[in-house]
Amino acid sequence: MFDDYGAGAAAWDEMVDAAGSIRAPYRPLAESMRTYGVSELKASVDSLARGYLDQGVTFDIGGEERPFPLDIVPRVIDDTAWQKIELGVKQRVKALEAFLADVYGPAHCVADGVIPRNIITTSKNFHRQAFGIEPANGVRVHVAGIDLIRDEQGEFRVLEDNVRVPSGVSYVLANRNAMHQPWADTITGMRLRPVSQYPQRLLAALRRAAPQGASNPRVVVLTPGVFNSAYFEHAWLARAMGVELVEGRDLVCSAGIVRMRDTSGERRVDVIYRRVYDEYLDPVQFRADSMLGCPGLLTAARAGNVTIANAIGNGVADDKLIYTYLPDLIRYYLSEEVVLPNVDTWRLEDPGALEEVLDRLAELVVKPVDGAGGKGLVIGPQASSKELDVLRARLSADPRGWIAQPVVQLSTVPTLIGDQLAPRHVDLRPFAVNDGNDVWVLPGGLTRVALPQGSLVVNSSQGGGSKDTWVLAGEQPQSPAGPAVTTKAVDTKAVDTKAVERKPLGRPDHHPAGELVQQQQQQQQQGGPPC
Amino acid sequence: MLSRLAESLFWIGRHVERAEDTSRILDVHLSLLLEDPWAPENVVCASLLSAMGRDVTEGVRTQDVLDMLAWDREDPASVIGSLGAARENARRSREVISTELWESINVTWHDATRVVRRSRPHSFFTWVRERAAAFTGTADATISRDDVWQFLVLGRSIERADMTARLVAARALSGSVGPSWVTLLQSCGAYQAFLRSARGAVEDSRAMEFLLLDPLFPRSLISALLTAEKCLDELDRSGNNGLRHGRAGEASRALGMIRSELEFAPTSELFADVYEVMERVQAACSLCSDAVTRRYFPRDTVTNWLVS
Repeated sequence: MFDDYGAGAAAWDEMVDAAGSIRAPYRPLAESMRTYGVSELKASVDSLARGYLDQGVTFDIGGEERPFPLDIVPRVIDDTAWQKIELGVKQRVKALEAFLADVYGPAHCVADGVIPRNIITTSKNFHRQAFGIEPANGVRVHVAGIDLIRDEQGEFRVLEDNVRVPSGVSYVLANRNAMHQPWADTITGMRLRPVSQYPQRLLAALRRAAPQGASNPRVVVLTPGVFNSAYFEHAWLARAMGVELVEGRDLVCSAGIVRMRDTSGERRVDVIYRRVYDEYLDPVQFRADSMLGCPGLLTAARAGNVTIANAIGNGVADDKLIYTYLPDLIRYYLSEEVVLPNVDTWRLEDPGALEEVLDRLAELVVKPVDGAGGKGLVIGPQASSKELDVLRARLSADPRGWIAQPVVQLSTVPTLIGDQLAPRHVDLRPFAVNDGNDVWVLPGGLTRVALPQGSLVVNSSQGGGSKDTWVLAGEQPQSPAGPAVTTKAVDTKAVDTKAVERKPLGRPDHHPAGELVQQQQQQQQQGGPPC
Repeated sequence: MLSRLAESLFWIGRHVERAEDTSRILDVHLSLLLEDPWAPENVVCASLLSAMGRDVTEGVRTQDVLDMLAWDREDPASVIGSLGAARENARRSREVISTELWESINVTWHDATRVVRRSRPHSFFTWVRERAAAFTGTADATISRDDVWQFLVLGRSIERADMTARLVAARALSGSVGPSWVTLLQSCGAYQAFLRSARGAVEDSRAMEFLLLDPLFPRSLISALLTAEKCLDELDRSGNNGLRHGRAGEASRALGMIRSELEFAPTSELFADVYEVMERVQAACSLCSDAVTRRYFPRDTVTNWLVS
């Protein structure tokens, strides 16, 4: 099966090493794949797609509903690699929290010369409206999605930070559920870290973020509406947490209190997990023409009567120019060495940088600092000379608005394309939830895969697919990472020891006439005695 | 109605419900083993078998559990066996159940023997759940609310109470390594209903309370018991031409007593000895079933001809 696989020489293949043998974490999987054979895998792909259509795990392309593309071959991360990622993501989130608290407060990082003031103030997503909004438990990044890539040497690096409204987590859980079917035996044999506790972790974090005095806080999910491409995820999250999914028009703010309209009147809302961008959130403060938010929301948040998660103004931390300062910020705030390095990046306003980048444009990747979803990204080697000319002009006109990076060959994982396995480039978006005490990282995350051969763009809006991410469990930790449900009333220890002594329950009741039925059947089958 | 027919209806209700509930229980345990990398397979399987009233052997594995509880055609307590038994009973009462209902059961049985793909147990269990829902829906839409209906629902409700008790007992047996309460609720299709009612305060004690005592959720233990009692009342009344309503019969008494225990026991006590309580619930269901059998489906006493 892997004989004519042909892993590219340039990129790090996660399954097959340079000598052509299977890497250790993938071995049981490869064994199962050989047993199944390509035709069986292909049949499973079809049933995955059908399953997603049935469940409504879809996204729209040009008005047509398509199943979310999930490849049959999972990506495997071993325990050691995962522990490093987990540590690195936690560190990153803590540093981002500290940075946001600082820039919307005393701005020590500017006074101490870690980052120039003009870089912060010129960021399009730095919102002065966020000043004076103090989060109840100090958390601004309730959910983070840190995009990672694996470079040619197999090292994980951070590509960008998403601390506004990172999306995609619903697909992680849906993918795992879907993979249970075709890979049941393999999964049991390999022992994977579970992902299913995410909704409860998130809900717990959101409840902890509630304004003080709310004894049983009401959490809602705020969606832009059914036409949003991530609406599936919004509805899924609300259902999985058992909370209300609201639109802007369901909310009403008066006297600094947010309420939602329901059949029994107006009910106070304490925490809003919003999936609406800052600019649309409150027409009084931001875009006056927005119908997606609710007027007065920021006033309520500023008064400390409602928590908006993630916090307003977080976008400044997503800015790709500020991203280049993150290693310095980690050292500055946490006094720690950086666990996950950045990708090397040119700041175009540095002396001589713009000239060098313009000169080598055909071999670099250039990105706008505030682009999301791969928007505006140009890959030099794949661009025409005309495109590069346009780009040159734009870079010279606005060096603050762009960054440049060398082309990193993302790592590859075997992917079923047509009738055969082929290496395709992947990235990884782990999700982290911050409840104020600790940052919890969902084991694995969303692995996105670029389906066209050689393509490095993994965004699903641009023809990317996805893979289930399997994190091997390793040894059982002291406190098992089970569902975030507290054991209160049941003393499980005591139950454990009792289990052995207990006599089993009675057999299920038996239909007394059942034997008669069987007798009759036998008689009929034997034809009975001839008359 | 003929006793024989009433008996068939009662057992159709029980067997269809048994097939569905066993599927739900098995499905949940399968996904537990998939989701929790540290779940010890033998403990989980042994608890499950024990709660389902089967003999536990050393080193039992998932495949053995499936063989016994799902695929065994000879055993009317396995999923396939229950479907077969339901169909056999339906065949004997075709004149009182609607054609649609008969076809629903018959199709299920024929397909079951065909669709069994042992490599895909999860899709089989999903399919059984769907077929059971189709059966329930058809029954709901095509049967008059006379004694036929009462016997059918009585059988279903007693079985549901019995199976829920077993589900909870299995959890009590396997303890901390077993399925979480969340998983248990999911297996009864109750998780989302619970989440909405609890508004995020997800605790084990509340989850258990919901599964045992929630009066609004149709698959809770208390709802099943109440429904069964109502059926018994109705049957009692129609038997007496609606004139008198005297002392509760043996069957009602068994259910009423265990229901009162559940309703009035302090929650903390209930949780402390949940296994014993579930044992009593299960015993009460058996008692009730026997009492119904004695009262409504009297067995023909064998006539002995004495030749002197």
